[in-house]
Amino acid sequence: MNKDGNEGFILKEDVKLMNEKMTRPEKEQVTFNKDRIAWRIGLNNFAKHLFFLSTVFAIVVLGILLYQIVVGSIGWLDWQFLTNNLSIFPEKAGIKGAIMGTLFLMMIVIPITLIIGVATAIYLEEYATEGRIQRIIKVNISNLASVPSVIFGLLGLTVFSRMLNLGPSILAGGLTMSLLVLPIVVVASQEALRSVPGFLREASYGMGADKWTTIWRVVLPISIPGIITGAILSISRAIGETAPLVVLGVPTLIMKIPTGIMDDFTVMPIQIYYWTLDTVLTPEYAYLASATIVVLLVTLFILNSVAIIIRNKFQKKF
Amino acid sequence: MKALGVIHPNSDRSGEMKMESNNVREIIQQNIRKKNHFSDKLMPKIFLFMALISVVTTFGIVYTLIFDSIKFFSQVPISEVFSTKLSPLSKNPSFGFLPLLNGTFFTTIIAMLVAVPIGMGAAIYLSQFASEQIRKILKPVLEVLAGIPTIVYGFFAYSFVTPLLMKLIPSLGAKNVLSPGIVMGIMIIPMVASLSEDAMNAVPEIMKEGAMGLGSTKLETTTKVIIPASISGIVASVVLAISRAIGETMIVTIASGSAKNFTFDITQSMQTMTAYIVEFTSGDAGSGTVGYYSLYAVGLILFIFTLIINLIAQYIARKYREEY
Amino acid sequence: MRNLNGNKSKFVYQVKGLNLWYGDKQVLKDINMKVLENEITAIIGPSGCGKSTFVKTLNRMTDNIPIVRTEGEILYNSQDIFNSEMKVEELRTKVGMVFQKPNPFPKSIFENVVYGPKIHGIKSKKTLMEIAEQSLRGAALWEEVKDRLSDNAYGLSGGQQQRLCIARTMAVSPEVILMDEPTASLDPVATMKIEELMEDLKKEYTIIIVTHNMQQAARISDKTAFFLSGELIEFDKTNKVFGNPADKRTEDYITGRFG
Repeated sequence: MNKDGNEGFILKEDVKLMNEKMTRPEKEQVTFNKDRIAWRIGLNNFAKHLFFLSTVFAIVVLGILLYQIVVGSIGWLDWQFLTNNLSIFPEKAGIKGAIMGTLFLMMIVIPITLIIGVATAIYLEEYATEGRIQRIIKVNISNLASVPSVIFGLLGLTVFSRMLNLGPSILAGGLTMSLLVLPIVVVASQEALRSVPGFLREASYGMGADKWTTIWRVVLPISIPGIITGAILSISRAIGETAPLVVLGVPTLIMKIPTGIMDDFTVMPIQIYYWTLDTVLTPEYAYLASATIVVLLVTLFILNSVAIIIRNKFQKKF
Repeated sequence: MKALGVIHPNSDRSGEMKMESNNVREIIQQNIRKKNHFSDKLMPKIFLFMALISVVTTFGIVYTLIFDSIKFFSQVPISEVFSTKLSPLSKNPSFGFLPLLNGTFFTTIIAMLVAVPIGMGAAIYLSQFASEQIRKILKPVLEVLAGIPTIVYGFFAYSFVTPLLMKLIPSLGAKNVLSPGIVMGIMIIPMVASLSEDAMNAVPEIMKEGAMGLGSTKLETTTKVIIPASISGIVASVVLAISRAIGETMIVTIASGSAKNFTFDITQSMQTMTAYIVEFTSGDAGSGTVGYYSLYAVGLILFIFTLIINLIAQYIARKYREEY
Repeated sequence: MRNLNGNKSKFVYQVKGLNLWYGDKQVLKDINMKVLENEITAIIGPSGCGKSTFVKTLNRMTDNIPIVRTEGEILYNSQDIFNSEMKVEELRTKVGMVFQKPNPFPKSIFENVVYGPKIHGIKSKKTLMEIAEQSLRGAALWEEVKDRLSDNAYGLSGGQQQRLCIARTMAVSPEVILMDEPTASLDPVATMKIEELMEDLKKEYTIIIVTHNMQQAARISDKTAFFLSGELIEFDKTNKVFGNPADKRTEDYITGRFG
């Protein structure tokens, strides 16, 4: 009821009055808020750009790194570089020995990590019951994953090189590297096994299959893409690792191309290392190192692309 | 009710089939009875054996480190280890490890000063500000950085970063601590970014929406809600990054050199624990000498450091998992 | 014993005093039941009444769950399945199981069907081919897949996949087929096909089917068992259970007062 006693009707004049009364104090509030809001938004935008720059900074550095290396390799990376042996003349030097060494090394690492890694994953996912043994194994795997790689080198030096008298051979290097990358295969395989749904195992048991038959005929075939992805990741890591092999005693200069697993050897990362160390005396070594790095990175790129393709094409989703 | 395709019981074929099925049934059941099921007992044992290899490896590491460290400490008094004079190959060898701890310390600090702010910035951007498309592009690229072998970073530090820094800081030594420290930091950025981003993404949407609904800007939501909520995950990621930096070898070996001075000058060369191990094994220290055993002592210290730091990180991460 | 046709027949299952616990929780209480051969026995009851668990004990699928404890006897053809010399693998080839959600392996249709015979030692390709055809015919699927046996089973529709699972079960020539809500995830047409199939199947097999669909139970079964909170409330000819239930609780469930 307004002052004229009219019920239910609000007069235009009254509304105008109400509005003025309301907006006047509100106007002050709005002004105060407007400034502060503008500042907060401005700060937000500034921060957003700052964070964006952080993200991009690392990528820019990556770009610079790749650019520098590729430029440094121009003229030095050719087919002869890949097929020549080492030489005191930098123009003639090639990484055939290093490539062969890397290949031989992987021939040892791949079967060992696959067998031990997948077996460990099968134990943890399919056979183990909740208990101390399972926990100890799990803790060990995750600890091993964070031990610095030099220490694996010391382990390899003592146990494989000296105690088992394998010297700095491909076999010793392969065994050392296998232990280093084992956690990668175990974790990837565990995930692959876990992704097999329970109802498939049930179907198998329902027809009278025992546990191993079920694993062998149902679970493993489905897990293979994931396991292969894990294997490729572990190879990528092993190909690029330098420290354990240096500690193991892989020598500076190997003229002989390895032909067997007991032979001395070198690998691409170590070749890069030794050439880098001597660039002061022989500046051309920087180019050789760059060229080797390009070969190494291209190899890794191919490996990882294959892993992605396998995962996208063959991974079954349930 | 007639089902599709079922042989009518009165037709001849069904009689045949029934006989065959009885045959099959018998064969199957005979086979099951004959089977000795030794695979069911043997297989678990085989797999357990394989799984224990990882445990044996850990024992192997601990054993070799301790065994040869004992040989070291039986010839070198513990007090000497705390001295600052490290000259393992001189005629009167001295085994003070402080220069190595010093070198590791400085390279790690510099790396953290680079990796943590930039890594956090990237994590915040990717998890809070970036659109889905941008995130899909940038995140994998960042991961590529993590996949580059450390030797490549080492080469980059020595051949590019050091000369560049030398132009800015004329007094910079060709081998110094600043350059590998910075490059190590760059290498570790993806690790900090990725783990922190995971931690921030784990904060329930409801909390974020609560803040946004009250009119907070994204920055305010991030600093006042998300980061406090995910702080233990973030701290865990930093701790893990420290562990990574301590254990890093090739970058510091190449770019930081092998000077065994105990100094605080980051423009000079210093040697880290990891570089010491590499230097010695690629050199001429014959086995059985004190110098050789000193490697294992340094290795033991390194192992203990990284073990403790990783346990701390696991403890912090466990606390954070409990909160949700 | 005489079955519904008046012919002499035996008890395939005799369950005596079955009790089952999931850890501390008792899920089945003193179940006593006798199942005649060549009949379809339906098990009905509200969610959580234990009917699925009960059926899983019949082929010892409950063995796979570590916290399960059982007491009592289950006689299969007069042999106690828990204590006799009969291995659990053998029991499961005599008593097959079809699950609620069709679960074929990601293999070819052929490989799915012959999985059972293969793992139990049947190697001859000819024999396997015969078994595959016979089983797929028995499951009313042969005509639809005979030209694409090497196609992946996941290309089949839901109803076809379920019939494939039935064929798979039949390939090891069981005597009993357990079905745990087999049409729960299927559309009405596929459901109808499977119900028609069951009428033919019971000529050779004994079927025990768990269903939460009472109309289904009334349509196809010869005997019906009503479970409630882990107890077997009533077990009798289907006509009697649905037409004139002896227990008030049965009547309440059937008329939809709860469940």
